[in-house]
Amino acid sequence: MATWAQIGFQNSASPLMEQLIFFHDHALLILILITTLVGYFMLSLVTNKFVNRYLLDGQMIEIIWTVLPAVILIILALPSLRLLYLIDETTEPSITLKTVGHQWYWSYEYSDFKDIEFDSYMMPSNDLEKGQFRLLEVDNRVILPYLTQVRLLVTAGDVIHSWTIPSLGIKADAVPGRLNQLNVFFNRPGVFYGQCSEICGANHSFMPITVEAVNPADFLSWVKSF
Amino acid sequence: MSAIVTEELVTAPVDPRFPNQNQTRYCWQSYVDFHRCQKIKGEDFAPCEYFQKVYKSVCPNSWIEKWDSQREAGTFPKKI
Repeated sequence: MATWAQIGFQNSASPLMEQLIFFHDHALLILILITTLVGYFMLSLVTNKFVNRYLLDGQMIEIIWTVLPAVILIILALPSLRLLYLIDETTEPSITLKTVGHQWYWSYEYSDFKDIEFDSYMMPSNDLEKGQFRLLEVDNRVILPYLTQVRLLVTAGDVIHSWTIPSLGIKADAVPGRLNQLNVFFNRPGVFYGQCSEICGANHSFMPITVEAVNPADFLSWVKSF
Repeated sequence: MSAIVTEELVTAPVDPRFPNQNQTRYCWQSYVDFHRCQKIKGEDFAPCEYFQKVYKSVCPNSWIEKWDSQREAGTFPKKI
């Protein structure tokens, strides 16, 4: 989850988010290099006293400052495209989780084995126990197994919502009458938080998402205990 | 890091007819296919259950309930 004064991303919990962070660092490295270089040029140009009255053209430098940005754009675009298609890649899932956005809560359905269906409301602040997070904790957490491919289908019952877990690098709009598919793969156990990301009415800020990634064996016993 | 695959966790497979993020049609087509299959082959025909498993895994429960009542009322928007 996000913490106080955090500048970067949240810690990743999926291979996808790892790649997203790598790409972010790659892009930022290029940006910082360009900014410092251009900043230095500007500063040195306004602070020197050189004059060149007969400057008309400079073939060589023009070729360089045309080709170099093109190359830089390519080394930004290619990893970006790779990531774009990686996010869309579907691998054979082991379980399907359906999530439906409502005003103002999420409901979840597991229908592969038994019909498990529950609503997930935010915990009111005065019901919180020590160590729980205000405006992020819910009464019924989503339980999912780690190291397992999960197909997540996102839809809504009333207005558009948006389901997200930043640690997994996934987000999809929940649109009534449409099923959006997301690929979930946890590479470690833990509790992960997200919030509705599409303005959906008065309590938009109070319908968080809490996912608990557990051992597949524990997941199965949780399913059976339902 | 490889995925753990257990026999106990089985769901609707990836369908190459629906390679996009939008899976609405996967649910709808499986629902229609199941009821057409049952109509043609009879209610006890086991291979039809494949479609049922798929649509139950993929369709939101509220959609299934809505379509079931539409079929009963004869207002289902597709010929079965």
